[in-house]
Amino acid sequence: MTTVVADQTLDVQGLNCPMPLLKARQAIMKMEVGQVLKVLSTDRGSIKDFQGWAQSARNVELVGQGEESGPDGKKLYVHYVKRTK
Amino acid sequence: MSDTTQQTLVNGTNEAQTAESPVDLAERIAALEERIAELEERVPEDKVTIVVFSGELDRVLAAFIIASGAVALGQEVSMFFTFWGLNALRKKRIIDGKSLPEKMMSLMTPASTQQMGVSKMNFFGVGSRMLRYMMAQKNVESIEGLIDLCQEMGVRMVSCEMSRDVMGIRQDELRDEIEVGGVATYLADALRSRVTLFI
Repeated sequence: MTTVVADQTLDVQGLNCPMPLLKARQAIMKMEVGQVLKVLSTDRGSIKDFQGWAQSARNVELVGQGEESGPDGKKLYVHYVKRTK
Repeated sequence: MSDTTQQTLVNGTNEAQTAESPVDLAERIAALEERIAELEERVPEDKVTIVVFSGELDRVLAAFIIASGAVALGQEVSMFFTFWGLNALRKKRIIDGKSLPEKMMSLMTPASTQQMGVSKMNFFGVGSRMLRYMMAQKNVESIEGLIDLCQEMGVRMVSCEMSRDVMGIRQDELRDEIEVGGVATYLADALRSRVTLFI
């Protein structure tokens, strides 16, 4: 697991494609360049989705991804996205 | 090629360039700039264009999921609604003032996304209601929510004037802020897009 310090955390647990991505984009556009957003998702597809986002968009960078287990034992997919522009 | 020959070649070109008069150079730069501008015009932009031809819940849903995803990925998105796809933009049904075939068409087509069937196993609307129920169970955004979201995020939505007229759908039956266009409106966008889809 990467040790990245997040400036803000976004909880999109329970939401499905394409909502985690849309919410994350909305959140990061309100942040400043250089800041990192931590996204907590239960959507398994979000792993590849966030990779695709970072690959195509010119203003974000995926600085870390990982899995955690939530308080209720559910698997959580964690993404760290940095705004670069 | 040995290092020494490469060195002489590099020196050779340098000399040739310095020997050129400033006027020639300026001309060459101007010609290059012109070519670059021409090329830039032909390079696709960060755009996605979608034709929505179908009017079934599942297909329209796919179109709006791709559209919203593309916006999230920083793309400029245009959606063109034609024939059955126009029903996705409808907010109400108007019967008054229409001809008989138009009235019939109006009654047989969904007056809003709420009335849309599914493309397979619709069973007179049961399939559609079941799909909506299953989507809600799995916390998937509803089609109405997605359309609103797309409009909020600045997705350009264009209704095809010709098919709207043919199907007898009035502009005031459609959502607000819908542009009006034709085939060239779509093509002008599609030709500059990286991705274009027909759904």
